[in-house]
Amino acid sequence: MTFPGSLDDRDAARAVTAAGAEPVVLWHGDRGLKGVDAVILPGGFSYGDYLRCGAIARFAPVMSDLVPAARAGLPVLGICNGFQILCEAHLLPGALTRNAGLRFINRDLPLRVENARTAWTRAYAGGERIVVPLKSGEGAYAADPGTLADLEASGAVVLRYAADNPNGSAAAIAGVCNADGNVVGLMPHPEHAVDPLTGPSADGLGFFTSVLTGVAA
Amino acid sequence: MPRMIVEVMLKQEIHDPQGEAIASACHRLGFGQVRGVRQGKRFEVELDGPADEAAVTAITQLARELLSNPVIEDFTLHADGT
Repeated sequence: MTFPGSLDDRDAARAVTAAGAEPVVLWHGDRGLKGVDAVILPGGFSYGDYLRCGAIARFAPVMSDLVPAARAGLPVLGICNGFQILCEAHLLPGALTRNAGLRFINRDLPLRVENARTAWTRAYAGGERIVVPLKSGEGAYAADPGTLADLEASGAVVLRYAADNPNGSAAAIAGVCNADGNVVGLMPHPEHAVDPLTGPSADGLGFFTSVLTGVAA
Repeated sequence: MPRMIVEVMLKQEIHDPQGEAIASACHRLGFGQVRGVRQGKRFEVELDGPADEAAVTAITQLARELLSNPVIEDFTLHADGT
């Protein structure tokens, strides 16, 4: 799904192809989801990050179709700005705030897969360590203590930073899911790690193959 | 023109690295009496109608749904000039 200011929609489409599926282009201003089996909200700076990251994209016309579909079980993956949009749309709990060190972070980082039962992570083993790039300025995950306790208790923490906590995220959280595990958001970029030629690894490919097993089933 | 002022601040418990960076710049400039700074946003909302009770109700809803994110921010609101 492309918004004005999306950057990584092409890489996301390329990752979908690499996983063996057919990418379909969705536009923020259109209505309808063209009958797709899953949706990826890509990274970038939708609407210039005006107001708050993801705050304007939440009200794009296509979101009127995406939000009820996601609540009904459609697999939705939000990467970076896509994660911010999912939080602003209340499809995922919490919010993303300014990195603790204020600097934009762009580097390859080890992550631990904490929940390998979601629609987007079942190709991984629980506890598996993967390396994918993080590139964001507002990636510090924040939520109130009650929400954080619920996330931990219910297994909704999908990914955690496995070495240092690069951006001050609460409990080093890099990604979370909704109660049904069909909606997942993460700040790092698995779509930039699907081919060792252009990324640090092919570790990110599992997100895009995971969702296919659910669609085929 | 009637206006409503909405001010949005990060909640106290949310880390404000921008505020901290500004505070440390204050100290570098010699403003040693500055103990801390928190940064927020101010919205000046111009109205077609009067800034009456109905407008306060509507703009309060606007502040809650769009101008602030209740997960991380609080807001205050008042009619301009009051």
